[in-house]
Amino acid sequence: MAYGIRLKVWGDHACFTRPEMKVERVSYDVMTPSAARGILEAIHWKPAIRWIVDAIHVLEAPRFQSIRRNEIGSKVPAGKVKSAMKRGDLEGLQLLVDEDRQQRAATVLVRPAYVIEAHFELTGKGGGEETEGKHLDIFNRRARRGQCFHQPCLGTREFAASFELIEPEAPMPEPSEKTTELGFGTPRDLGFMLWDIDHQTKDKPSMFFRAILQDGVVKVPQPGSAEVRR
Amino acid sequence: MTTLANRYDFVLLFDVAKGNPNGDPDAGNMPRLDPETNHGLVSDVSLKRKVRNYVELARAGTEGHHIYVEEGAILNDKHRQAYKALRPDDAKVDKDAKLNPRDEAEAKQIRDFMCRNFFDVRTFGAVMSTGINAGQVRGPVQMTFASSVEPIVPQEISITRMAATSDAEKKQRAEGADEGNERTENRTMGRKHIVPYALYRAHGFVSAKLAERTGFGENDLDLLFEALASMFEHDRSAARGEMATRKLIVFKHDNALGNGPAHALFDRISVGRNIDGEFREIDSRIDNYAPARAFKDYALTIDRDNLPEGVKIIEKL
Repeated sequence: MAYGIRLKVWGDHACFTRPEMKVERVSYDVMTPSAARGILEAIHWKPAIRWIVDAIHVLEAPRFQSIRRNEIGSKVPAGKVKSAMKRGDLEGLQLLVDEDRQQRAATVLVRPAYVIEAHFELTGKGGGEETEGKHLDIFNRRARRGQCFHQPCLGTREFAASFELIEPEAPMPEPSEKTTELGFGTPRDLGFMLWDIDHQTKDKPSMFFRAILQDGVVKVPQPGSAEVRR
Repeated sequence: MTTLANRYDFVLLFDVAKGNPNGDPDAGNMPRLDPETNHGLVSDVSLKRKVRNYVELARAGTEGHHIYVEEGAILNDKHRQAYKALRPDDAKVDKDAKLNPRDEAEAKQIRDFMCRNFFDVRTFGAVMSTGINAGQVRGPVQMTFASSVEPIVPQEISITRMAATSDAEKKQRAEGADEGNERTENRTMGRKHIVPYALYRAHGFVSAKLAERTGFGENDLDLLFEALASMFEHDRSAARGEMATRKLIVFKHDNALGNGPAHALFDRISVGRNIDGEFREIDSRIDNYAPARAFKDYALTIDRDNLPEGVKIIEKL
């Protein structure tokens, strides 16, 4: 934990979609390690480093709300774009939302707040002159000043995340209420939860871990440990 | 097209009078409500739709301002058909409908083509199903849900219509009607939901780094702000009532990564009630005052003291 950082993130809503409930989105109770990694990468990332999330501290008990929106039913077909490129005109390269509409409900979290505890490793892609200290300094400087590559989000981009660096000497923020919902007293089993997506392998399989919320903290297994299931 | 070199965060304040800013399909098209606080909500996608519609109106058919996700009929196609009738050109239409990019380079070409031609792809991004990966374009502009500054109380208004839709309906009504009463015949009842008055606040972000990737430039940014300022002027309808953008306050950072946390900047803008010309915080102490029914019932303060170095506040409206 020599290069550990702690980042507090919070927002009005969040949606960490469960992979088994993707169409009518239902959020996990707490932030997934993969979403936490995305937040850190929105502040600082280079191919030379890899973020590893160690723990997620949950500061607010999970509360849910349902939001139904009109969404579009299809993606941009690459084939159509190609033929338009060849033809040199854009005819027929539109989506009519009225004809391709899906109403989908999303069950989202309300006013969540977390502390992400993480560190990073060097991947060796940056050549010999990469040092951990350099990237740690860059991250801390950016997070302290509120700088970011793009505004991080809580699961989906419409739910922007506010963030704040917790200085190494500062105490860990306490949850607003130490309830059993946050696993105070008895640990709360959240079941299998997405750990991250393996982008190196073909078909990009998802990896899961057994999330236990104990005293407001979800401990995240390290990459390669036996607790990460494929 | 100059590329963007600055990060921007913006606050958009718009109001609605006697209208429904954004219906909730889950609640029979009542105005969206946050069930915990009774504050009204307007979804991010609703605001983006209006931006798209405005750009389509204001820059119809100009180079690089096409809109990919369109509403209703496509006027451009109709214009083009007219041209084709005049000048039948012999462009070979590609019959191959099933094509996937062979490699990353081609996927990139496709993405660039889409970003170059379509304003909404360049601004908000799009997901392209390119066989390789999801070929996503992540747009530089991020909009969030707008919520009203005070709790709202939607009203249900019953309305009547003097005509029947079909013969069958007319017969049915005639049977049930009292004899000799002309006025009750073939009348149907309908419903409208309105918010008497509400002021909504939305936050948005523009990432200069993502703008580099999609080619979103300074002109696009000006167009975005123009759209945010006047999109409600072109979105009049029976359901909407009177909506208007009241304030658009932009924080401009002097570099791409920014000079301060967005939440701290947004906190500098506080909206309160205007009670006899005085700014009053919105809390339980103003419960005894009459509800706000016009924009002048609200007061806005912008805290300009000790701004982080390199952040400018620009009031676009």
